[in-house]
This record gives sequence, structure tokens and C-alpha cells, in this order.
Amino acid sequence: MKDPLVQLYKGAKPSRRNFLAGALAAGGATVGATMAKGQAAPDPAITEKQPWAQFLGEGVDANPYGVPSEFEAHVVRRNVPWLTADAVSSVNFTPLHEMDGIITPSGLCFERHHGGIAEVDPAQHRLMINGLVDNPLVFTMQDLMRFPRENHVYFLECAANSGMEWAGAQLNGCQFTHGMIHNVMYTGVPLRLLLEEAGVKTTGKWLLAEGADASGMTRSIPMEKALDDCLVAFKMNGEALRPEQGYPVRLVVPGWEGNMWVKWLRRLEVGDQPWHHREETSKYTDLLADGQARRFTWEMDAKSVITNPSPQAPITHGPGPMVLTGVAWSGRGTIPRVDVTIDGGITWHQARMSGPSFTKSMHRFYYDFDWDGRPMLLQSRAHDSTGYVQPTKDQLREIRGENSIYHNNGIQTWAVNERGEAENVEIS
Amino acid sequence: MSRFLKIMAPAGLGTASVLAMAYVLADQFVSDIPGFARVTMVQSADAQETPEAAPEAVVVAVAATEEMAPARPGGFGLGRTALPEEISAWDIDVRPDGLGLPVGSGDVWTGEEVFVENCAVCHGDFGEAVGRWPVLAGGRDTLTREDPVKTIGSYWPYLSTVYDYINRAMPFGYAQSLEPDDIYAITAYLLYVNDIVGDDFELSNENFLDVEMPNADNFFMDDRADVELPLFSTEPCMEGCKASVEITMHASVLDVTPDTEEDTASATPAVAEVATTEVVADVVAEEAPAEAPAAEVVQAAVPDPALVAAGEGVFRACRACHQVGEGATNRSGPHLNGVVGRVIGSVDGFRYSNGFAEAASAGTVWTEVSLAAFLADPRGAMPGTKMSFRGISNEADIAAMIAYLESFGG
Repeated sequence: MKDPLVQLYKGAKPSRRNFLAGALAAGGATVGATMAKGQAAPDPAITEKQPWAQFLGEGVDANPYGVPSEFEAHVVRRNVPWLTADAVSSVNFTPLHEMDGIITPSGLCFERHHGGIAEVDPAQHRLMINGLVDNPLVFTMQDLMRFPRENHVYFLECAANSGMEWAGAQLNGCQFTHGMIHNVMYTGVPLRLLLEEAGVKTTGKWLLAEGADASGMTRSIPMEKALDDCLVAFKMNGEALRPEQGYPVRLVVPGWEGNMWVKWLRRLEVGDQPWHHREETSKYTDLLADGQARRFTWEMDAKSVITNPSPQAPITHGPGPMVLTGVAWSGRGTIPRVDVTIDGGITWHQARMSGPSFTKSMHRFYYDFDWDGRPMLLQSRAHDSTGYVQPTKDQLREIRGENSIYHNNGIQTWAVNERGEAENVEIS
Repeated sequence: MSRFLKIMAPAGLGTASVLAMAYVLADQFVSDIPGFARVTMVQSADAQETPEAAPEAVVVAVAATEEMAPARPGGFGLGRTALPEEISAWDIDVRPDGLGLPVGSGDVWTGEEVFVENCAVCHGDFGEAVGRWPVLAGGRDTLTREDPVKTIGSYWPYLSTVYDYINRAMPFGYAQSLEPDDIYAITAYLLYVNDIVGDDFELSNENFLDVEMPNADNFFMDDRADVELPLFSTEPCMEGCKASVEITMHASVLDVTPDTEEDTASATPAVAEVATTEVVADVVAEEAPAEAPAAEVVQAAVPDPALVAAGEGVFRACRACHQVGEGATNRSGPHLNGVVGRVIGSVDGFRYSNGFAEAASAGTVWTEVSLAAFLADPRGAMPGTKMSFRGISNEADIAAMIAYLESFGG
């Protein structure tokens, strides 16, 4: 098999430090907490007075806008330096291996900018609707807040998530292989209500959404989708959108590729045909092996990944009871079932789904078992509510080749060795 | 003994209450009007464990129906009518059928001049790209190769996309600063370097639709619903699915995963040293970092704070290429810390054009006066400079810019 490094990676290599070193060091505390049953000496965590048990802590308002514990400082978005011309502005990745449940905290949602973060003053922000409408309109933020709102939890996945893995296993960590996704609760106005306010003419079949940032981001959206479940959202997880997520207002296009969820949304134009702008022609089209390219590949196929254990989150407790967990999602509905294998796909087990199941939202799964301390090959396989089953990477390559960049929803494999360390591999 | 959970799926659990929102992906769309209420929360598929594994397993039924936000007949009367001037200020988009193209024209030779002045610093004189910025020319007949080169000539299906994108987003970091004739000229030049037109070609709104893009016919509507969904919608094997398993590829062999915070910062390769890759091109390379750290270094000798603040605003046009402040590094342009008072063309590691190199060997130092002259007319003050910037016409802006730069030493 050809070396994907040759194909994908041509820059200077990062330092050759063991990629596991950081993860193992971080796991040290956990190891200390998992004492053997035959404890010989008394545990100083019990016998010694801890400062927090003796002295007063800070009062209220120490952090008017709360921040995580200092012991969670390693839980951050990360980027891949060699992917980017400059780390200041590029794409970074959600630390999926440090999270649980289904909601992504606002500050950990991955970022992808095409012209940097627009620092928009909401008082100066306007949303215009023009084109094939009876009455072109301008809304202020205050106007938008007077329309009826809805709340929905949706995942947003970049079409290029896992794009670096088309030619083979490259990056060691689900943060890097699968972290271009987040899942938050949005509060917003149904796009349908705004379009009805302007009065879409019968010839209006497409919508152009445009951002206020320096890239002037634009995408064409079919009117049926716009009138179905799209939102013009101003809150995420109950708080205002973060600047990097489109403050003060963004488009929510449930189940469809993240690039269409235009941030800093300032204009909606109704037209009778698509615009074929840069992000839907030169980018976000899927080049197949025969040189033809699929366009308008909007829906995100069902996908899953085991987040723990994974390369950044090795097993640090030795054999015995353990929790294997991960996330799954589909742009076509819910995830009623995830299968898990620990032997590389010879035998599969149905995982336990946990937490609320929303359409086009992340789902959490667990597989609780006793590890025998032997090497494992871990995979997860999502089933969505349409009956679609997540394919293997080779199944995808057979149809699409290796040049499509986008929409890689193939099954991920982690090889776990007898020390509990995990690595990104591909298997037969 | 294996203690793996033996898991069974109770028939009908979970999926029955799901309102499948499968969307029809085709050139034609269903025209269903959404129903009044939509099920947004469905039963938790939570009870898949055997009693012995979880004896107290409880089916958590969280089914709930959210009423859709109500419409109001005749509308809410919110917002106001957009004025024609407002619409024309923002509605700059251009479509393949020519809708939105302004009146104007430009020829290949003019385009070369404008391109070299505004675009070549990132894209190269002939669209071949500098460092890992996007390649704009060449790449024909590479789409089936292992390493396809997707350029305007080899990949882009519509010429209107070129005009629209240049008009709305280029030059990067100084968007919407070009006039229609400039954009027609640049577009003509890009057609020329892609061997689509001859060197005597002039592009205008009149002949725009006559240009045929080489790869126009090689795009087709998403066909996953036909090609993939049936294939991937069958009940999979659960036991004895293969005889053996071998690892065929290790990511650790490549060793390209960043490991620590420090590595993330220190391992960033210099722009010019890194080749463009396909994934890079799509994920990041088309972006310059638009948000340079706006470090606020305040020194005793800083001039009027208001002037410095004004200069920070003026500097926005420069940030795509130049950094200032703590940790500033060379990018498309050299870092500008302490630029006033330093020898011209003297920043380590930056490859200057000849004029700068000569000034450096002569030991000439940037003064407020010489910098002001350069900022007013870069190409006039320093013939041959690679800097793609027309200059600042307003003297007050130049003074503010210099005050701002001096706040970073010098």
C-alpha cells in the first residue's frame, strides 16, 4: 500500500515525541486514584488534610463568567500545524475524547473560518432578504428577536471531517480525525417565518445565504430545505453565539454540511437557480476516481467514532471493568443503534445508547465490558433511522476513490495494545 | 470467561417513533409543505441490555412533540422595506447565467499588471502559487491522478465563480477593493494562464457567457441516494464476520500528529517551506490568517493614543501579510516590530526583492519620512517590491499607521 505521507504530508515534520507521552502523563492521576484492593499504606489523599478541605475558597463572583477547573486546562481545541499555512487562522478540532454526553460546550466547538473571525457589533448588524420576494426586507437583531422561536439540538459537521484519512490512517487522535464536529442546542427563528414575511415568489426555488465576514461566505440552498427545518439562530447552549460561531446570528441547516451554516449571516437572496459560487464548485464538491465530481452533496451520512479509548485517551487502569464510549450521528435522522467490535470486526456487539435521541443530533453510546488485557482492534458502526449502516473506508474508496476529500464517514479503527495505548490503524 | 454483554434489540424500539427526515437529493425536490407539528425528540433507545447486565434497566421514554413556531397570516409586520441603494450595496453576487455582472471590461495584458500588483504575492506571477497558497493555473488532465491539481482551468466549472469570488473576497485581507474593470482584467489573465484564451483576449460583460470552461461538464448532482444508500442499507454481519484480521497501516509510522501545546506552536513550518497538499488546499490554505494578534504594547514614547488606535484600524488592510506585536513572525511580508529605525530589508529569514536588498546593504534606515513615502506609493518608492498593495492615499491614515507601528518599538 502506498505511503499516504507521500501523498498528503510534504512539510517539515513535527518533533518526534511519542504521541502518547502527553496522554499517559495526564492519565497518571487516574492511575493513582485506582488503588489495588490490597492497599498497604494509608492513602494520603485520605489521611492528610487537603487545603481545599481546610481553608476557605473564593467567594461568589470570583469568575463572573465561569471557567473550567484548572485541572481541565488540557481540554482545548487543537489544530494540526502542518495542515495550515499559519496557526493564527485555520481550522481547529473539538476534543471529543475529553467529552461525554451529547452537548458540546460552546468554547470547545471547533472553528473554521474563511476570512478570520468577524467581530460584529450586533447594533450595527442587519439581515436583508432580497431577490424574488414580494417585499425585500431589512431586519435588525431586535426585529429578529420578536419572531416566534424554536429550540433544537443539532450536530454541525464540516464536510472535510476525516478528510485527511482518505488515503489511509494519518492522525493519532479522534480529536484530529473526527473533531470537525460539534453538537449544541440552538435557539432561533425558523427561516420559514422570515421568508414568509418577505413573501417568496413562486419562481423562488433557491436561496443564497451570505455572511458579513471578509470572505463574504456564500452558499446556495434549495428552497425546500430553507422552508423545512432551517433556523436563523442567535443562541447556542442558552448563551449568545460565540464570535467564532457567527455572533450575532448564523444559519442552521440541520443534517447538512457545516459550510452551509453561514455565520455572521447578513443576507438571504431568493433566486430561481443556484449561484454555483466558490464554496459549492471549486470546494465542497466530491472528486471521484474517474475525474467526475459530485456536487451538492449536502447531507452528512451516518457516522460514529469511539472516543474512549482512543490515541489521546489510552486505557490507564489495566484489565477488568472498563467503559468504552463514543458518539454517532446522521444527517438523515436519529441513531437507534451502534455496533461495536473489539476484535477488528469478527464479532460485533450492540452498544447501549444513552441520553436523549434527537433527529440530526449527536448520540452517545457505551459498551461496558471486562478487558482481558490483550490487544484489541476497536471499531464502531452507526445505524441511522433510515436503515443506513455506516460503511467501511474501503467500501467508500471502492465507489469514490481517494481524492474526494469530503464526506469520509468510513468506520474508524483504533488498535489498543496490552499497555492500553491506542493507535489509528487500518485493518484488513 | 467472556463477560461481554449479550445485547439484544427489542423489536421496534427506537425507530418506530422516529420521523425520518430523509431528504430527497435530486435535481427535482419534493414540494411537501411541512406539517403543523414535527416530532423533534424521540424515544431513547436505552433499554438494550439484558436483565442480568442491567437488572434495573429502565426505558427512559422521553418522547415529546414540539409545536412549530406559529406563522401569522399576513405576516408579523416586522422589519422594514430594503431600499434599492441598500440592496445594490450588498447584492453583488454573480451567477453562471450572467445575472449580477456589472458593465465593464479588461484585457489579458492589463490583467497581468493588476494581478502582479494585487495577487501575485500569494498566487505567483502566473497563478502557480507561492508557498501553500492556492494554485490557480495548470493542472489539466490531473483529476484522475493520485495527486489532482484542482485549478480554475482544470476544475472550476463556471467562469462566473471566478468573477464573483474575486469581487467579494479578494485580495485576501483587503476584500472588495477592486473595480469591475480590474476584475474583468484579472479574470481574463487567469483564463490566459490556463490556456483558455489567447493573449489578445479582452473579457467584458458582453462576451462573458461565450467563454467555455474546460471542466464544465464533469460535475453531476449528488447520486448517493441511488449509488450508495441501497448498498449501505442492509443488515450487517454480527458474528463470525471474517476469518482473521491484519493491521494494514499504522498512523504512528507517519508521526504527523501534533502532541503537545508547545509542539503546536513550535512545529509550525514556515510558509514557503511547505508544499501545498490537496487537503490543505481545501481545509485551510486558501486562508491567510486574517486575525493577527492585536498585541497592545504600550511604551513610554508612544505618541497620541488616539492616533495609534486609528492606525490599528488602518493596519487591518495589512494584517493578511504582516504581523506586529509579541510573537510576530514573517509571513507573506516581514514582521513590522520596530520597523521605524531599523535597516530597510533587514529582517532575518525574509526574502526581499532587489530594491530592499540594496537598501539593506547600503545600511539605509526606515524613517518616518521614508516610510510615509513608501506607504503612499509602494511601487513608486521601491520599484520592484513584491508587496501587492496600492498604497494609502490619505495622509492622516499614513500618520496613524506610522504611529501604530511605532507603538511596537522603533
